[in-house]
Amino acid sequence: MSPTNIFAPASTPADSIFGLSMFVLLTVAAIFIVVFSLLAYVLVRFRNKRSDDRSEPAQVYGSTQVELAWTIIPGLIVVALFLAAAHVIASVQDAPRPPGALQVIVTGHQYWWEYRYPGLNIVTANELHVPLSNPAHPTPTFLTLLSADTDHSFWVPRLAGKTDLIPNHPNSMWIDPHEPGIFLGQCAQYCGVQHAKMLLRVYVQPRAEFDRWVREQQQLPHSVEGAALTGQRVFESTACVSCHAVSGTPAKGRFGPDLTHLMSRDTIASGAAANTHEMLRLWIKNPDVIKPGSRMPAMGLSDPDLDAVTGYLETLR
Amino acid sequence: MSTNTIALSELSVSLPLPLRLHEWVTTVDHKRLGILYILYALTFLVAGGIEAIIMRLQLIRPHNDLVSPEVFNRMFTMHGTTMIFFAAMPLVFGFANYLVPLMIGARDMAFPRLNAFSFWMTALGGLLLYFSFLGGDGLYGGGGAPDVGWFAYAPLTAKTFSVGHSTDFWTLSLLVSGIGSVGTAINIIATILCMRCPGMALGKMPLLAWLNLTMAGLVILAVSPLTAAQLMLLVDRYLGGHFFDTQAGGSAVIWMHFFWIFGHPEVYVLVIPAFAFTSEIIPVFSRKAIFGYPVMVLATVAIGFISMSVWAHHMFTVGMSSGANTFFVLSTMAISVPTGIKIFNWLATMWGGKIRFTTPMLFCIGFLFQFLIGGLTGITLAVAPFDWHLGNSYYLVAHFHYVIVGAILFAAFGAFFYWFPKVSGKMYNEPLGKLFFWLFLSGFHLTFDFMHIPGLLGMPRRIYTYEPGRGWDIWNVIVTIGVFFQVVGILVFAVNLVWSYYRGNAAGNDPWDAWTLEWSTSSPPPGYNYAVIPTVRSRRPLWDLKHPEDPDWRYE
Repeated sequence: MSPTNIFAPASTPADSIFGLSMFVLLTVAAIFIVVFSLLAYVLVRFRNKRSDDRSEPAQVYGSTQVELAWTIIPGLIVVALFLAAAHVIASVQDAPRPPGALQVIVTGHQYWWEYRYPGLNIVTANELHVPLSNPAHPTPTFLTLLSADTDHSFWVPRLAGKTDLIPNHPNSMWIDPHEPGIFLGQCAQYCGVQHAKMLLRVYVQPRAEFDRWVREQQQLPHSVEGAALTGQRVFESTACVSCHAVSGTPAKGRFGPDLTHLMSRDTIASGAAANTHEMLRLWIKNPDVIKPGSRMPAMGLSDPDLDAVTGYLETLR
Repeated sequence: MSTNTIALSELSVSLPLPLRLHEWVTTVDHKRLGILYILYALTFLVAGGIEAIIMRLQLIRPHNDLVSPEVFNRMFTMHGTTMIFFAAMPLVFGFANYLVPLMIGARDMAFPRLNAFSFWMTALGGLLLYFSFLGGDGLYGGGGAPDVGWFAYAPLTAKTFSVGHSTDFWTLSLLVSGIGSVGTAINIIATILCMRCPGMALGKMPLLAWLNLTMAGLVILAVSPLTAAQLMLLVDRYLGGHFFDTQAGGSAVIWMHFFWIFGHPEVYVLVIPAFAFTSEIIPVFSRKAIFGYPVMVLATVAIGFISMSVWAHHMFTVGMSSGANTFFVLSTMAISVPTGIKIFNWLATMWGGKIRFTTPMLFCIGFLFQFLIGGLTGITLAVAPFDWHLGNSYYLVAHFHYVIVGAILFAAFGAFFYWFPKVSGKMYNEPLGKLFFWLFLSGFHLTFDFMHIPGLLGMPRRIYTYEPGRGWDIWNVIVTIGVFFQVVGILVFAVNLVWSYYRGNAAGNDPWDAWTLEWSTSSPPPGYNYAVIPTVRSRRPLWDLKHPEDPDWRYE
């Protein structure tokens, strides 16, 4: 089963779309059957049976009654489809925001996602954590969608339809997942070279687990020593800090993902690679092997420095 | 003037090659310009096809590395731009150029020199676009051909994100070819309004003329905003403007509006001529007059008007208000009513007829079937909430290829075979024509039927590679296999046309026992089209001639 199947909804907006889409698909399937049967009948019944027969059939020029019939009936079908669509548009787009809702600011970057949780003082990247919502007492998550550069689109098919992230044009959408787990998706608006590897992962967690994740994210990193300290010095004295931030340290770059809790994430490079020692080291050494055209430059570190920086990053839990 | 033309064309047989080429380059004859347009379109159809093949080979399996992401992005940008602006539009203009004057009993277009100018502007546009492969790097080494997608959303086109000159080649080529398109559109309108032969009131024109009149009106309305947007983009990139430069307060959304107020009517610019071919071919091979002529005209004009009010259905995911989304759902669905009327009228034309399954008719039946499906998937996309899933997915890509290939290109192939005897004077090879039909039909359905499915499973368009384990793999394999059938089909088509042109049997003036004026003159028609300008009394003047006991003008 596809993890990105639009017909397997796990959240109210996706549910509403699913119901509507079934109605629409059944309607057009019925129209197809009727018109296709007519076409097939005409082709069989009125084929020229004898090729030597050159006589012309009766000429018919039109009929007002039948023209009216095939104008009015499709018109009525259109009205029905329109009303159904208008209802779902209003129910999804104009849904009121309950007091318990979580807010997350999603910023699209070439080619990764930044998540800020206002009020919780959390900044993270690429892997969105949201609480499970109980349908009886919904705790939806409202996403404010911004872009730092080009257009992007947030699409996790099992949770909701897509909404674009456009610079100078803040958008919003909401989800209320009623099933825990990891939900996949990816950027759905062409944003540049690595549009294809701008993947989305949404972690839906029961409330207690989500709260624990929040507390962990709010902690500052421990001070390090030994090889990791060497790594930290290399990290802070090279161009790494121009783009990356680690809370409580001099690294305050804003261009790339926040690394304060890097090791709490399952993937790096916006889902393009697993967050393992080998992949992390390779990513710092030569990002083009994993994601050619990404904005992360090859750092040109010596092997000892590379090991030290990797070791330092691995302390950021 | 007409005597000069005939003298030249008779002379040209014996002229040396450079002089004959010179004749074609300097021609202002609507038939020659029509043929130039069509040959030009076929050349770019092959170029765009090669780009599609490269994309399909890259996508045959996940994490494939046949081409780099940079190359893949250039391929889909060039494929889309080429197919819309330099294959489909010249094809449509070529047929309009060749057929409209002949079918309304005129000797040429209203403005023959504007006609030549327009063609060469379009030609220059296409050459500019392809020169980008060589010249796009510019001084900055930013890349070869354009890679911003065929709708080139801002701010990806801003200097910040698109260095070098690839975007400039894209902008300039559309600017230049747009001038050609508007010139030809003005010419078609003037020709139809002013050059009809005696007796041909507007209500007695062949449907093809009505449909091309609507198409030309849409071209003027649709291409102008596109040209304006291209100029604004050039100002942004070179004169410090900020129309679309979001880093200086510009609006990316405004570009989308400009592009789609062009982009959606453009779909009808392409499909209305396909309706035109079908409306001429189906009656002849059903042996019946078109059913409901006045309703067909009304439906066409209605489609023309409504198509100007639906553009933002391309923008349901952009974050418009619920009110705006609701409006564009309604206007988009409204267009399905006149479109449905057309399908029913074609069916009614076939009803009670004696259908002859020649190659052109087979392609028109293919058109009907695929246009029906493309129209119905269009309704699913018009439902804004459903579009929040389907928009920008492979389902959308499959839908518009169903319309552009399955409907428009199929009807155009029908037109190729139907008018080939008139244009060349030779009959094409019927078994080869049918072989081509079945090959292309199989390839088309393998590719584009199965392309819907990965879209429903969450596969977005414009990705150079994808992750395994998403249920997309097998569908992408089938889609790529279909391409192979299409390629073989196109080769059969090319062989058929070239072989028939040199070796085919003489076609005669009227091989289909047809009813419109072009079949009353010789094949190919002389430079002046008609020695005596014809006079008509009905929509089917040749029916009246062939059936003096039962002429159409008694009933119209």
